[in-house]
Order: sequence, then C-alpha cells, then structure tokens
Amino acid sequence: MLPPRFFTARLIAGWPGLLFLLALAAAAILVPLSNLVLPPSSPWHVPTHLVVLIGKWLCYALLAIALDLVWGYCGILSLGHGAFFALGGYAMGMYLMRQIGTRGVYGHPVLPDFMVFLNWKELPWYWYGFDQFWFAAIMVVAVPGALAFVFGWFAFRSRVTGVYLSIITQALTFALMLAFFRNDMGFGGNNGLTDFREILGFGVREQGTRAALFAITCAALAAGFLIARWIVTSRFGLVLVAIRDAESRTRFLGYRVDRYKLFVFVVSAMMAGVAGALYVPQVGIINPGEYAPTNSIEAVIWVAVGGRGTLVGAALGAFVVNAFKTWMTGAMPEVWLFALGALFVLVTLFLPKGILGTIRARRRQPAAQPQAATSPAPAPATAEQGP
Amino acid sequence: MLSFLRGIALALMLALGLGAAPAASAQDLAAPLAALVGDDYSAKGEAIEALARMGGPRAAEALKALAEGRLFRRRSDQLVVIAPTSSGGTLTDAATGAAAGSAGDRELEAANLNNRLRRQLAGLIGSLTLTTGTPAERRAAAEALFKQRDPAGLPALTAAIAQEKDAGVRAAMEMARAAIVLSSDAPEAERIAAAATVGARSDREALGLLLSVAGGAPPAVAEAARTSAAAIERHLAMLDYAQNLYYGLSLGAVLLLAAVGLAVTFGVMGVINMAHGEMVMLGAYTTFVVQELCRTSAPALLDYALFIALPAAFLVTAAVGALLERSVIRWLYGRPLETLLATWGLSLVIQQAVRSVFGPTNREVSNPSWMSGAVDFYGLTLTWSRLWIIVFAVLVFVLLLVVLRRTAFGLQMRAVTQNRPMASSMGIRTHRVDMLTFALGSGVAGIAGVALSQIDNVSPNLGQSYIIDSFMVVVFGGVGNLWGTLAGAMTLGIANKLLEPVAGAVLGKIIILVLIILFIQRRPRGLFALRGRAVEA
Repeated sequence: MLPPRFFTARLIAGWPGLLFLLALAAAAILVPLSNLVLPPSSPWHVPTHLVVLIGKWLCYALLAIALDLVWGYCGILSLGHGAFFALGGYAMGMYLMRQIGTRGVYGHPVLPDFMVFLNWKELPWYWYGFDQFWFAAIMVVAVPGALAFVFGWFAFRSRVTGVYLSIITQALTFALMLAFFRNDMGFGGNNGLTDFREILGFGVREQGTRAALFAITCAALAAGFLIARWIVTSRFGLVLVAIRDAESRTRFLGYRVDRYKLFVFVVSAMMAGVAGALYVPQVGIINPGEYAPTNSIEAVIWVAVGGRGTLVGAALGAFVVNAFKTWMTGAMPEVWLFALGALFVLVTLFLPKGILGTIRARRRQPAAQPQAATSPAPAPATAEQGP
Repeated sequence: MLSFLRGIALALMLALGLGAAPAASAQDLAAPLAALVGDDYSAKGEAIEALARMGGPRAAEALKALAEGRLFRRRSDQLVVIAPTSSGGTLTDAATGAAAGSAGDRELEAANLNNRLRRQLAGLIGSLTLTTGTPAERRAAAEALFKQRDPAGLPALTAAIAQEKDAGVRAAMEMARAAIVLSSDAPEAERIAAAATVGARSDREALGLLLSVAGGAPPAVAEAARTSAAAIERHLAMLDYAQNLYYGLSLGAVLLLAAVGLAVTFGVMGVINMAHGEMVMLGAYTTFVVQELCRTSAPALLDYALFIALPAAFLVTAAVGALLERSVIRWLYGRPLETLLATWGLSLVIQQAVRSVFGPTNREVSNPSWMSGAVDFYGLTLTWSRLWIIVFAVLVFVLLLVVLRRTAFGLQMRAVTQNRPMASSMGIRTHRVDMLTFALGSGVAGIAGVALSQIDNVSPNLGQSYIIDSFMVVVFGGVGNLWGTLAGAMTLGIANKLLEPVAGAVLGKIIILVLIILFIQRRPRGLFALRGRAVEA
C-alpha cells in the first residue's frame, strides 16, 4: 500500500492538479446525471450534443497530456501524435464495425459493408479478433505502442533529434494518411469506418451509452494524468527533464538517453491511442483525415497554449483552444484560420510558457531569484545553433 | 468473295495500267467522268474502274472528289467540275484541272453514290494515292494500308514500291506490305520475313499485329512473330523506362525549385520555415496577377508575362520573407521548435489571406505558346513545359551557387553558417545577413511558384502539397550544402516516378517516405552532412 503522501505530494502536488482532478470527478458524475435525470426544460440540463462535444474535448485533452509528456518533459516535439490517436481510433472502429454484424446495408454476417461493396470475399487477416472487445482493447494500446517502439527505436538510437525528428514524425503521419486513404488497405479508404451500432451490447447512439462513455473518458483522462505525473515525478522523470535540457550532457553522465526517450515515447503513444479509442464511439466515425499533419500540429498548439511541461496546462489548452474553435467556426468560420495562425505566432512570441506556465512563474517569482532562474530568456541569435 | 476477286483484278489492272499509261488525256477522261455524274449506278461502277485503270493525278483527284461529295455536274453547261467543299465554291474542270469559275450548290448537281460504290472507291483511292499523292500523302496511304491490312491492296502496293523514289515512303510501304503478307496466307518463308520487317517497327500497332498473328499461324510463323513481338516489347519497356526517367527528372526539378530556398534558410539559419510552401504559393499567385494585368492592359506581352512575373514574384516573396523575419522569426532564433510552430501559424494566416482575396478555387494561369505542346524525341514525348522547368531549375540552381560562392553577400552568409560568433566579431552584421538570407530563400521560393504555376493548379493549398516533399529533400540531402539538395531532389523525383508504375502513385509515395525515414536512421544528417564541431549543438 502506497503512503498517502505519495498521492498528495507527488501525484497531485499543488492546486492545479487537485483542481483538475476534482473538476474531472465532478464532471464525470454531474454531467451524465444532469443529462439523464433532469428534464430537458431544466436550466441545469446538459443536452446530449454538449455531452458529446465535451467528451470529444476530453479525448483531445488526453492526447494533449500524452504530447506534453514527450514534448514538455523530454523535448521530443512529435508532429505525428495524431497518427497514434488515429491508430487507437481505428482499432476501436474495427471492433465497432464487427459489432454491426448483419445489420449493415448489405447484411453480410462477417464482412463490413465497404468490403462487400469492394467485392471482397473474406476478411483480411488483420481484421481477425476484432469481434472480441478484449482483443480490440489490447490493440488500442498495442498498435500505437508497437509503431512508436519501432519508430522510436530507429530514431532515438541514431540520435535523430530536434526539428529532424519533428519533420520525420510529420512524414510518418502523412504516409499513414496516404496509406489509409487507399481502398485496398482494407480500412474503408476515404470514408473510413462509420455507421456503428453497438459497443459491448449497448447502442452507441443511446443517451445512456453516451453518458457512460463521457464518464469513462473523464476517468481515462484522470488516469492518464496520474500516470504522467507518476512518471515525471519519479527519478526516471528527472532524467527525462535532464535529457530535455542537455541531451549530450546526460548521455555523458552515463544515462542511456535513447532508452529513456523510447520508453516515454511508447507510453505517450499508448495514451494517445486510448484517447483515439474513446473518441471514435462518441463521434461515430473515424476516417483517414485524422492522420492529416494539420491535426497533429494543432494538438501541439493546445499544449503550447496551456503551457508545456505542466500536464494540467496541456489539458486546459486542449479545452480552451477547442472551445474557442467551436465557437469561432460557428460564429465566423472565415476568421478561424487567421485566429489559429495568430495563436501559433502569439503564443510562441509572447506566451512561451503557456497559460499555466506563466501563472506558475509569476507565483514563484518572489521566492526564487527573479526571472533568470525560472524563465531562461530566449537564446540570443548569436548563439551557436544546431541545424 | 466475288468482290474480293474483282478487287484483285482491278488492282492488277491498275498496276499494269500505271506502268503502261502514266496519265490519261483529257479526252479519255471525259466519257467516264460524264458517267460518274449520270444516274446509272452500274455505269458509274464501270466508270470508276476505268478511271482507276487510267491513273494519273486528274483521275485520282476526280475519284477523291467523288468520294467526298465534291464532284458535280454544272447545270448550265453539263461540265463535270470539282468544288473545294460539298456546297460548291471555286470550281475546277475535272478533266483538265483548269479553273471553271465558281458556283453555289444550287447551280450544281452532285454525283450520287451508293454504299457499294463507296466501298469500291475507298479501296481504289488508297491505291491511287500511293502513286500520285505528295510524299506525305503517299506515306499516309501506306500507313492506312498498314492499319487495314486489306489483301486487295497488295498488288497495287507492290507496284507502288517498285516505282517509289523516296526512301522513307518506300520503307513505310514495305512495312505495310509486310503487314499484309504477314496476316495473309502467303507462303511461310515470306511471312517469316514479313514478321522480321514488322518487328523493326517498334510500336504498339506492330505489337498488336504480331501478337494476333502469333495466336493463330503455323508454328514457324508464330515463332517468328513471337520473337519480333518480344523485341518490340523490350523496346517499348525501354521507352517506358526512359519516359519515366524523364518524368522523374522533371519532378526532381520541381522539387529542387521548391526545396532549394528552404535549404538556404534551413542551412544557414537553422530556421525551419513551415511557411515556405506559402511563399511558393504567393509566387504562383503573383504570376496569375501579372498575367491578368498583361491580358487587360498589354495583350502583346501576354506571351512573355512569365519574364515579368519572375522578378515580380521574387520581389514580392522576398519582401514578405524579410517582413516575416523582422517581425516574427527574429525573436525566435535559437528555439527551432518554436520557430517551426510560429511559421506554421504564419502559413495558415497567409493561406487564409490568399483565400479571402482570390477565393478558394483554382486560378487559371495559361501556358505561353512557347511552353505548350510537346516534342517527339526518338519515341519519347517531351512536353515543353516540363523541359523548360528542368532548364529553369538548373539555371536557378547555378545562379544560387554563384551568389553563395562568388559574391560578398554569399561569403558573409557562409561565414555566419559556419561560425556565427566569429563572423559577428569580424564585423559581419549577422542580423542583416539573417534577414537577407531569409529574403533570398523566400524569393527563390517565389520563383519556384512561377514555374509551378505552369504545371500545377494555382490554389491556396498549392504550398501545402509541396512542403513535406521539400522537407524530405532537404533532410535527405543534408543541410548547408546545395549539392545535397540537388542530389536529394533528383533522387527523390526519379525514385518516385520509377516506383509509380510498379507500385502505384500512392504506394510509391509511401515507400519513398518510409525509405527516407529509414535512411535518416542511417545518416541522421543527410547525404551531404556538415562535419565538424558546429554539428552537435
């Protein structure tokens, strides 16, 4: 049994974490309750579309935490985390497709509709097992984890770092997008997987199922947060931060930098996979567009806005930016891309530590040495730059 | 069968007639011509045969006119005349070829035909043209015979070969003859020889003929046909390969244009400019604007609008680049990941700005006349636009090399690349060099946009489709070395196009991306890596 201090001092550590967990717990209980119990006329009633929308943001928040874990704490700027998210989503989507059974348009007992449409005679081997939920659940973490392992093993061992790594992660998700757009890949091509009916016997479009999925997403986000906290507060996490700040020096001190990076990259990819898996049944579709490099880079801006290296901030950023996006694409859609672009520029220029990071730095200022200790000024242009 | 025999007889007569009486006199022509415009169809048939037997340019002309409905009887004087169109015009006397005034179709009575006569005419005219037309017409007639492979044409063809002077036309005729012999039931030895002759003509037409013969001929002939067909297939495969190589070269040139500016900014400043693709896009839109201005105010210049667009695009994008460097990128030096994000944001803004000004749809940029069309080069189709882009890419590359190696600015740039603090202490204004370098890289991107506007759709998304490829080129080639960019662009371009027919366009692209990812593992800093202390930051 772990001592209580383990939770208070290490995992929660301070008011943002505490507030975050409390808010999640409250949301997990209150939102489904209000949606299911209160009558639609009540002012406290949360309509179903809002439950779905917030559930979607919660999934994004989990993706943001996964990204913050590698970027904020280990300096790996992945522009391809959307790929892991989408892979998890596809694993879940494949399970949901198999659950449709004979209720599809063509009523084939085994083959999903798009395969019948493409005149396929039997199920491709990689679709086997996805009729079982436990198998799909394993694949949700195993597939992104395996890809991250193979990719990271190659990349980190040969010391591909910095922008080079960013660019090839972007190429990775781009390649996957092209691949999944192909019909003969067997993942529904352009249209992706959709028209889901049931998850574990419950109708995906039913109010109760949606409320339950919402609560589960809250729990997953909290779990993801705690796992990430646990990693970054351990000795292991300290090495990660050391790698972020001075990779060569850490290596010279005798740490196997590539293994640390690989571990945290794989964990992060699995977390992203879970986020994707929770996203798909709520949204009701997964298509190759999720692999678009734009999606991955948008996830990066959530983390940047909220404050990288803060975890709670990443989740907060995902929420804030997506709420902003939802409002703006509804109110003035033509301005949204200007706003998003400006967000990228302004945050990097004026808010390099993000919302939470800036608040945190302000609070610490009186105690520690002002400025220099907490916020190293941007390196001057005269500094030697690695390409 | 009967018509077949008659055809042979006719052709024989024709051939003999050609030898004996090269041209008939006007008097000889008069009677059959009169019959042609008469009402008796069997008399017409005989008249056609008679004319064919006489031969000569006048007879051929008359028969051709008859087939095309341009042979008339003039109502006023019953003269048989030929008009330029089926509705009259300037007339010529069919018998003498002399001018005969002009008339509309009201004053003329057309010579009617039925289907049997039309068939008869078609065969005869082909044979007649073989001997009487211009060299180009004779060659076309031989080509037509090669395609029809009508055995009836064989005797006429043989006769025509005997008197043909032009070597090229004779070769075409012999080819047609071989094709006819090959598909007829001539003796085996002749057919085998014919198969070899047809095999020398290495195109799909000949391949089709040989393969069809190989299917149902006696074994020896089939064997010869198969051998020839295999040779043609090899030749065609080579041609395909060369064509793909050319496409690859032109794609490589496009990639080089798009990536070389990126190589400058990335190599010298370590700045990842995600808005580079948008600079290309701005260049393309500048071309569009220049072209529209030319169209409305100086149509004479339209063909040379590109030459105006080149400096314009360079200036526009260089100015935008300098502005971005001064306003945003300058503050982010030393933080490459943040630069990446900020420039991505800038790219979104630029894209959306262009979308609101020019609209989201594709804009039409026309090719100047000297860039449209294609040239045939030993069976390869080389389109002018792609050829020019290859030339242009090489020019830009050389120019950039000269700027970097032979100018004071280039020297300063290289100094800053190699050792920034040292360059600074030697009195080089590194900030200014940074700005100018960024402007130069952006300007080159703008020039690339001018070239791309000729082969790609000019839309706000133009840049995005090139940015990942450009980065792949730079990462693959290695930074800080233009030769690396050249090697990277050409390798990727050619590999892409050679993989395309084997694996399909999308899969080919995926394979390339995976190969690059693997390659980066082996050589994390690209093909032509910078060496030395500067490498490890």
